[in-house]
Amino acid sequence: MTVAVQEGSKSPGAGKRPLDHRAEPQWRDASLAVNGVFHTVHVDTRMTLLDALREKLKLTGSKKGCDQGQCGACTVHVDGERHLSCLTLAVAVQGRNITTIEGLAQGDNLHPMQRAFIDHDAFQCGYCTSGQIMSAVACIGEGHAGTDGDIREYMSGNLCRCAAYPNIVAAVKQAKAEMEKS
Amino acid sequence: MRPFAYESPSDAAAAVALASVPASAHVTAPVQFKGGGTTLIDLMKLDVMGPTTLVDITGLKDEAMRRIERSGDDLRIGSLVSMATLHEDQSIVRDYPILTESLWQGASQQLRNMARLGGNVLQRTRCSYFRDVSFAQCNKRDPGSGCSALDGVNRAHAVLGTSGHCIALYAGDWAPALIALDARVEVLGRSGPRSLAFADLHRLPGTTPHIETSLVPGELITAFIVPGGPRRRSLYRKIRDRVSYQFANASAAVALELDGDLVRDVRIGLGGVATVPWRARKAEQVLRGKRLTESSATAAADAEFESAQPRKDNRYKVALGKATVVRALLEAQAMEVV
Repeated sequence: MTVAVQEGSKSPGAGKRPLDHRAEPQWRDASLAVNGVFHTVHVDTRMTLLDALREKLKLTGSKKGCDQGQCGACTVHVDGERHLSCLTLAVAVQGRNITTIEGLAQGDNLHPMQRAFIDHDAFQCGYCTSGQIMSAVACIGEGHAGTDGDIREYMSGNLCRCAAYPNIVAAVKQAKAEMEKS
Repeated sequence: MRPFAYESPSDAAAAVALASVPASAHVTAPVQFKGGGTTLIDLMKLDVMGPTTLVDITGLKDEAMRRIERSGDDLRIGSLVSMATLHEDQSIVRDYPILTESLWQGASQQLRNMARLGGNVLQRTRCSYFRDVSFAQCNKRDPGSGCSALDGVNRAHAVLGTSGHCIALYAGDWAPALIALDARVEVLGRSGPRSLAFADLHRLPGTTPHIETSLVPGELITAFIVPGGPRRRSLYRKIRDRVSYQFANASAAVALELDGDLVRDVRIGLGGVATVPWRARKAEQVLRGKRLTESSATAAADAEFESAQPRKDNRYKVALGKATVVRALLEAQAMEVV
């Protein structure tokens, strides 16, 4: 991701508004259905789904990359659609079916996409990988993996700093063939 | 992020009642509607927006807000339809390429799944100085504080519709298509529903860049009406620094009606170059009733960008914007339309 060097009168905190002490944190019990299991978690309304998964449910497979909806490392499925958990409030997805990277394998049997990422060495540092895999599974389900060009276009919301992109495309193609067989 | 109360009302009327609170502008109101949240939650994390209450509208029972309907020449699109849903609708792909191409060239699939069309048109600028609160000057964020972008790094900023107070870009892709098609917006407020031209939704920055729309705090967009369909000879061309998942440097939404080579009707919306969704009426005027050729298209583009006011880093947008208009017009002309 490119970060523009900015000119202008930058001074720490110059444009920040004072904290409003009248506003108190608001706590809620939120009921989350994650990988087929119901959990009730006590959350601040500000808590994102990503933070709830990682901090409350200790499901740390979903990663916090940019935390601003730009990198895709936090991708999970909400009712089967890929969403960014960093821009999703935990209180807003109660009753929805949430699937994370931890919910893909059947016991010790990896999902075909997980297997394909290993087979094709589709990662280096691995930080973006769980988001890539969740996005790739949905990409095939949506019917957006017909050509290499489609895969690149519809996987563009998942950034890989190590630039393993060619291997990711190869992995998606392999998994697609297997997923369509079964 | 600042603490906030979270409400999830059951219908639009209840949502409007919760959000109808006094404020100088809808974007600074203490109560904000939350749809997909892809702009709002981001800006709340950055402390650019600090509402004290969020009203989640994604669970509203008003089914019409989730529907895509055709009635005669009109297309009605509910505001809670997601970007992904509209862009996947095969009858819209066939009849309104301008609407679907502008959607799939915007954002990523994750964001398109989350973002609703009502929020899409209200997305706020990506001006770096607006988004980074460590810059003291931003007339949009802090009225009267000045503008760091005027003489700062402004390669991504607007050249049309600017003022001495703000040159922030309207970065959305779908709105240029809506403005080109003379869409209307249906809005629900405390005193009932009203409808306005999409062209009247966004306000030029002028001396009050923090007032971005003509919506009153509490007013909720419920639907978009696109008249005069289908628009099969239409498209969206977007030029950007990388081929996917990037904001426009320049874009053009074009709908054409031809009589041989003669332009019976032409509509052009511009993105990536202006402070608001931009209707290129001067360009349309040059072309209407004339033959569409590279030379007449160039004359039209020249006429539209005559009033452009580039700054230090964004002069390229004048030439690029013109070239984008010409290319979009000629490619729309070349479309095979049944």
